[in-house]
Amino acid sequence: MFRRRGDRYVANFAVDEVRVLRKVASEVVGLLTDGFDHSDPVVCRLFPEVYPDDAAGTAEFRRYTEGDLKTAKIDQAGAILAALPGDGGGEVRLDAEAAEAWLRAINDARLAMGVRLEIKDGTDLGVELDDAVAEDPTSSRVFQLSVYAYLGYLQESLLNALID
Amino acid sequence: MGGMAAPQVAPVETPDTDEVPASDRPWVTIVWDDPVNLMAYVTWVFQKLFGYSREKAEQLMLDVHHKGKAVVSSGARERMEHDASQLHAYGLWATVDRS
Repeated sequence: MFRRRGDRYVANFAVDEVRVLRKVASEVVGLLTDGFDHSDPVVCRLFPEVYPDDAAGTAEFRRYTEGDLKTAKIDQAGAILAALPGDGGGEVRLDAEAAEAWLRAINDARLAMGVRLEIKDGTDLGVELDDAVAEDPTSSRVFQLSVYAYLGYLQESLLNALID
Repeated sequence: MGGMAAPQVAPVETPDTDEVPASDRPWVTIVWDDPVNLMAYVTWVFQKLFGYSREKAEQLMLDVHHKGKAVVSSGARERMEHDASQLHAYGLWATVDRS
């Protein structure tokens, strides 16, 4: 988890954490490049319809803003990939700019996972996880829920370090 | 659309009329509640993007959370679209509407 040290934001990541972060950041990049499709509910959430009742207005808005937004999101996911230590795990030190990029990128990853996991207002992650484990402890849902919860803690720690 | 009870949201094809100056029909940026964004993160984004005080940003975040949505800025349409795209960059669910 992140802590502030002087003007840097520092965290130590174990092997598994590095792998998970690399995976989720790469998945976001994949979603925004090869897999980009407005009918995908994840893409819909990351690029909301700015005029919900006006398809033409939304299309016009997208024509002008979507390229930049996509680039920004790819860059912020790239900030995670660039700062991660090698597969052995290790320390990550971020300046303020990189820390904010991480914060936004972690948020994008959580939004994407939240859509896939069908997280709703009032969803109790602990209960969801218990249910998923009871059904099949080796399922992908168990893994995804754990990663989603982990990203929430990580984002919170980085945010607290930035606000401090 | 002079004396008629005009619908609040005009069809997109309707060109802006000259009789009503744009400044009299300001637009708003709305942020909607979603189950993923952390409350502290939403507050931080409002402070960051709009320069709002912590108190104001927190109140707006609570409005979003409890009422389902909140108007976070108002003004010319182009500026609202800019605000919305900035909010999208931070992962907030923002739309633009007439006030």
